[in-house]
Amino acid sequence: MRKKYLVITAALSLSLTFAGCSDSNSEEANQGNVVKVYNWGDYIDEDVIAQFEEETGIDVIYDTFSTNEEMYAKIASDPSLYDVICPSDYMIQKMIENNLLSEINWDNVPNIENIDSLMMDRVSDFDPGNKYTVPYTYGTVGILYNTSMVDEEITSWDVLWDETYKNNIIMQDSVRDAFAVALKKLGYSLNSTNEHELEQAKDLLHEQYPLVKAYAIDEVRDKMINGAAALGVIYSGEYLYCSEENPDLAYVVPEEGSNLWIDGWVITSGSKNKENAEKWLDFLARPEIALKNFEYITYSTPNVAAQEMIDEEYLEDPAVFPDEEIINRCEIFQYLGQEMEDLYYEMWKLVK
Amino acid sequence: MKFKRFFSQIYLTLIFIFLYAPIAVLIVFSFNSGKGSRFDGFSLRWYEELFQSEMILDALWNTLFIAVTSALIATIIGLISCIGISALKGKPKAVYMALNNIPMLNSELVTGLSLMLVFAAFGLTAGYPTILIAHITFNIPYVILSIMPRLRQTNKSTYEAAIDLGASPTYAFYKVVLPELMPGIFSGFLLAFTMSLDDFIITYFTRGAGINTLSTLIYSEVRKGIKPTINALSTIMFVSVLLLLFFINRPKKATNEIL
Repeated sequence: MRKKYLVITAALSLSLTFAGCSDSNSEEANQGNVVKVYNWGDYIDEDVIAQFEEETGIDVIYDTFSTNEEMYAKIASDPSLYDVICPSDYMIQKMIENNLLSEINWDNVPNIENIDSLMMDRVSDFDPGNKYTVPYTYGTVGILYNTSMVDEEITSWDVLWDETYKNNIIMQDSVRDAFAVALKKLGYSLNSTNEHELEQAKDLLHEQYPLVKAYAIDEVRDKMINGAAALGVIYSGEYLYCSEENPDLAYVVPEEGSNLWIDGWVITSGSKNKENAEKWLDFLARPEIALKNFEYITYSTPNVAAQEMIDEEYLEDPAVFPDEEIINRCEIFQYLGQEMEDLYYEMWKLVK
Repeated sequence: MKFKRFFSQIYLTLIFIFLYAPIAVLIVFSFNSGKGSRFDGFSLRWYEELFQSEMILDALWNTLFIAVTSALIATIIGLISCIGISALKGKPKAVYMALNNIPMLNSELVTGLSLMLVFAAFGLTAGYPTILIAHITFNIPYVILSIMPRLRQTNKSTYEAAIDLGASPTYAFYKVVLPELMPGIFSGFLLAFTMSLDDFIITYFTRGAGINTLSTLIYSEVRKGIKPTINALSTIMFVSVLLLLFFINRPKKATNEIL
């Protein structure tokens, strides 16, 4: 009996020491000058972090995630885990609805002036009144095609249903992206919740099935570079890299419209270092810094002052920097609620 | 007969190609001057970038530190447990060995999740200590499993003889038992080290803000495509392990020859 007692006390005291350790750690973190950043993997030029630390004396605790959903689970479990995060549009909407974000005091982020007003306008689609979001990157979804294999000029989603490209088409293997293509071709909203419209889209996608060589996500890029297919549905952010590897590749946003996505920085509702978080936002919106990040990530930056410093070759490429007309024909994904997500998913299963 | 040998040769070759071709591809692509899945020419670009990326080096340091520390602590705890278990007999011994095996067969998901819950219940904030405790926890059974057979082989009489000749129990342990157990302890340590090095699931559940190990860092880069810097890092790790293996196996051969 005594032995057992000893073991238990030993275990308890051990865990208490560790608990003590971690307590002092977190206290230190609160008192110290830090900002806890949660970003996509490989989504910033590392020099930028070092420069921010040097300039402000704030320690950056930097962490990365790979999907919006993974990030959401962490923040929902404890909103004070991180101070600033970088979700995508629909996820920002969901987080606002669930009170996980805190309003930005714009007086502390004067560099917001550098951000394209057109973009701020689009941000208000999911962040009404522009209270929470500093846009970081954006892009469209479109068709990447190999000009050595496609003779005509592509302007419409119709080409993805063209028999001449049988077994030469790569579709996005994600529910919302695939349905967006079909819904837009039919002239509907890509946030449609109308069952009849979705049914039509499903039939259309099913009709396309025999023409498709592969459904893919990440591999679209490599397959197109290798010339394994003539047409592929892809995010514009990948285009710059693809065209550098294979100059025959061109990108177009079909005239029926497409999806516009925006990743933006927001502050969590549980942030304990809000002022530092705002300094981080302001720092990233600086023209030189935004330029540096653009050169690293190669996704379009909404920072107008940074755009002025970018090579004209890129600026004039509508695939990298879509003009107002293209942006206006694109729609941002909205979070449609669990029930609709399930319906989309059910229909997607019937397609394949 | 010749026919049969020919086929067994081919079979063996195929198996080794199957095992090593992916690694060979990875090594070749770590020297690629381009980014894609096409070889554009030889360059050390990714090795240069690797050593300039603080994020990767930080993760590497975390991984190695956690692997060495957790393996070391697990080896010590495991060794003590082994001596304790070996002193038992019959049913209790079998029960303890079975209890030791369960965590190894158990899904890592369950281990990771339950550890996370325990840490939360004790109010431990996820961070360095939690990863370390978690790694020590799942390493201990492997250490016990590799020391136990050694301990069974040792001759109890040598220990008793040492005591008879006037050694104190501790002295006899260090001078007689420990040296005999050394190979088992060493292989237990190595096993624990590699288990910790590779672990993703448990680390994922128990890590805190800002602490990445290599596996969690690589995982988070999936969205933008994994960069060849990771190939470069993997190559370095593979070569290091290979060298380590040569190093370990060489002296053994020498002693065998003497015997």
